Amino acid sequence: MTTYILKRLGIGILTLVFASMIVFAVLEIVPGDPARLMLGMNATEDAIAALREQMGLNQPLAVRYIAWLGGFVVGDLGRSYTYSVPVLDLVADRVAVSLPLAVIALVLSTLVAVPVGIFSAARRGRFADTVAMGTAQLGVAVPNFWFALILVYIFAVWLRLVPAGGFPGWAGGAWPALKALILPAIALALPQAAILARVTRSALIEVMGEDFIRTARAKGLPAGRVLWTHALRNALIPVLTILGLQFAFLLAGTIIIENVFYLPGLGRLVFQAITQRDLIVVESVVMLLVASVIVVNLLVDLSYAAVDPRLRTR
Amino acid sequence: MKIMKSVLAATVIVLSAGSAVWAARTDLVMGVVLEPPHLDPTAGAAAAIDEIVYANVFEGLTRINSAGEVEPALAESWDISEDGKVYTFKLHSGVKFHDGTDFDASDVKFALDRARAEDSTNAQKGLFAAIDSVDVVDATTVKVTLKQPQGSFLYNMGWGDAVIVAPETADANKENPVGTGPFKFEAWAKGSQITITKNPDYWGDPVALDKATFRIIPDAAAAVPALLSGDVDAFANMPAGDALPQIEADPRFKVVIGATEGETILSTNNKKPPFDNLKVRQAIAHALDREAIIAGGASGYGTPIGSHFSPANAAYVDLTGTYSYDVAKAKELLKEAGYPDGFSATLKLPPPPYAREGGQVVASQLKEIGINLEIIPLEWAQWLEQVFKGKDYDLTIVSHTEPNDIGIYARKDYYFQYDNPAFDKVIAELDVTSDQAKRNELYKQAQKILADDAVNGFMFELAKIGVWNAKVEGLWENSPVQANDLTDVRWTE
Repeated sequence: MTTYILKRLGIGILTLVFASMIVFAVLEIVPGDPARLMLGMNATEDAIAALREQMGLNQPLAVRYIAWLGGFVVGDLGRSYTYSVPVLDLVADRVAVSLPLAVIALVLSTLVAVPVGIFSAARRGRFADTVAMGTAQLGVAVPNFWFALILVYIFAVWLRLVPAGGFPGWAGGAWPALKALILPAIALALPQAAILARVTRSALIEVMGEDFIRTARAKGLPAGRVLWTHALRNALIPVLTILGLQFAFLLAGTIIIENVFYLPGLGRLVFQAITQRDLIVVESVVMLLVASVIVVNLLVDLSYAAVDPRLRTR
Repeated sequence: MKIMKSVLAATVIVLSAGSAVWAARTDLVMGVVLEPPHLDPTAGAAAAIDEIVYANVFEGLTRINSAGEVEPALAESWDISEDGKVYTFKLHSGVKFHDGTDFDASDVKFALDRARAEDSTNAQKGLFAAIDSVDVVDATTVKVTLKQPQGSFLYNMGWGDAVIVAPETADANKENPVGTGPFKFEAWAKGSQITITKNPDYWGDPVALDKATFRIIPDAAAAVPALLSGDVDAFANMPAGDALPQIEADPRFKVVIGATEGETILSTNNKKPPFDNLKVRQAIAHALDREAIIAGGASGYGTPIGSHFSPANAAYVDLTGTYSYDVAKAKELLKEAGYPDGFSATLKLPPPPYAREGGQVVASQLKEIGINLEIIPLEWAQWLEQVFKGKDYDLTIVSHTEPNDIGIYARKDYYFQYDNPAFDKVIAELDVTSDQAKRNELYKQAQKILADDAVNGFMFELAKIGVWNAKVEGLWENSPVQANDLTDVRWTE
């Protein structure tokens, strides 16, 4: 088990170093001068040169890479070109929005999807299954930004139960902040739940056809017990895989939802930083996302081992 | 006990309803599309900076009012020497910066010297190029000597880039702006909102609002529900799109269509063949149907222009008839120029809808006369690098939003690559003329030359689509400078 974890960790760190090189190199060849962008169309050449010097853009590439990576290791992510505040503060503010949002959406989608998936699998081919899976199909097909707008019009404009968007910050209390996250979380959770329900159902149905289930049935176990203790546990591996992928997606892929609800989250920060050529912010956030994906994958791998003892010996 | 409770509850309701009738609101939430990168107007070109701080937090020697005219601000009056080279500003006394320190002539000297210094990162450094020296005469008098007379000097000093900052706080203004204005900076929740509050120690007329919040709403789809749900009271320039008729029909809101200083033009590389040929440029001008471009690129809001000048300006002349929409004439001119079958070229488009969507319309209109355009979408950073700096382009569409910027056509290194000594002469004369009637006359001449030369495809002036709560008054109808001046804003009930 320890070797299994160590091996996974080692692979994770190697991936991180490799990713840092790619991220840095790719962003360096993206055209566009951050200094020129900040000073705009009327700027004189000497003002742009002065700003480039101030931003440290005139140093050689290798020096900047080493400085950046070195800073990363000790927790100093540098200063944002555009905002001129430490990147770490900027990112911390955004994570305080994106992380709770992702967690709420994930919990919501799991709470809805897994029971629906089990229910459908147990009633495979019957009317209830058709309705549930039809709804799930719809959930996959409906674009979440459109669903988000419908939610806003119903709950914010019409019923006025929640704000139409924005984020008041955690300082003003947990309830107003949570209230601002409810609609976006639902909008994010819908397609995730739909996918998860379908995966749960098909995984369960597949397991139900295996030999050991037939054996369990043959030795006279009640159908409920077969489903809950024997089949479900074995069907969890694909479900966990999807959950891991979804969490990474929820952290990084919320740009559209964050725009619809004008939430100051990570997705919007990256998007803004790319258009403003705030390269240092882009590099740092992308690295953090890579790191979080690696950590989540590691956790998923570990939970495989917990669910399936056979994997522990490998 | 139960009765007591209901009575109490009823009293509370009556009281709160009563106070709502008696006291007008003193807070305002404004929606802004772009978040400023920082809040120092002397160190960045982003209009989003001025949209928060101009006239509210920072003030200059002069200021530009809602009509686009120069007004006194920190300078209560000024004298101009006979030769037009020495400006003596008399400053208001008793002015304090928001950190409590006194404002005096030495701050003016500091701010102007800083903006024109060798290592200055002022985005409009050119505004200060004419200054030879700045001298403190006494605490409330400052003397600015110019290298040569400059007709637009007082106007230039009204730009957001020329506001007066204090030496103690100048370097921290990006995060914590300290000015002399009627509002103080309060807080900035990054990505979310910026709050300013009333400055109780303001030297001038106090403002009616106690607090103003600028909420950042980047998406058009989000702006409409934010307004309808009451989360936001006003948008100075609303990305409403197709929802505007719905808002116009709602009695809770006022929709005010005004003018910006944004000349939206089909910029043309005047040195690159075949665009160096006047006949080709004239053909393009004849092929452009401005109304269709406005309909397709700006949801129908915008004023057609025939030269590089704002219709809101007193010196404006309508030159849209110089080369009117005439496809047959355009084809004829193209033939005379030696391109009977037309030619192919590129059209590089930056991100705003007026460019991306307007560009589609332009491309289809030019196709009518045989010019096939390959559309290349670019991000702003790429556009600045390739088109603006590198001059590597045939045609592009961009809105020139700086006020009174016709002088850019006299710059030899500017990306239009236009070169006409007759035009340069007019601008040179304009530079040294301060008499307004004379200036207007010169402006008219300049407009005419540009229109005749068909330097660029002059399309339309961007509209400012103001939407706000019907009970709010005092917001600007037009935007002669890019600002949300809240000094006269109040709730009517």
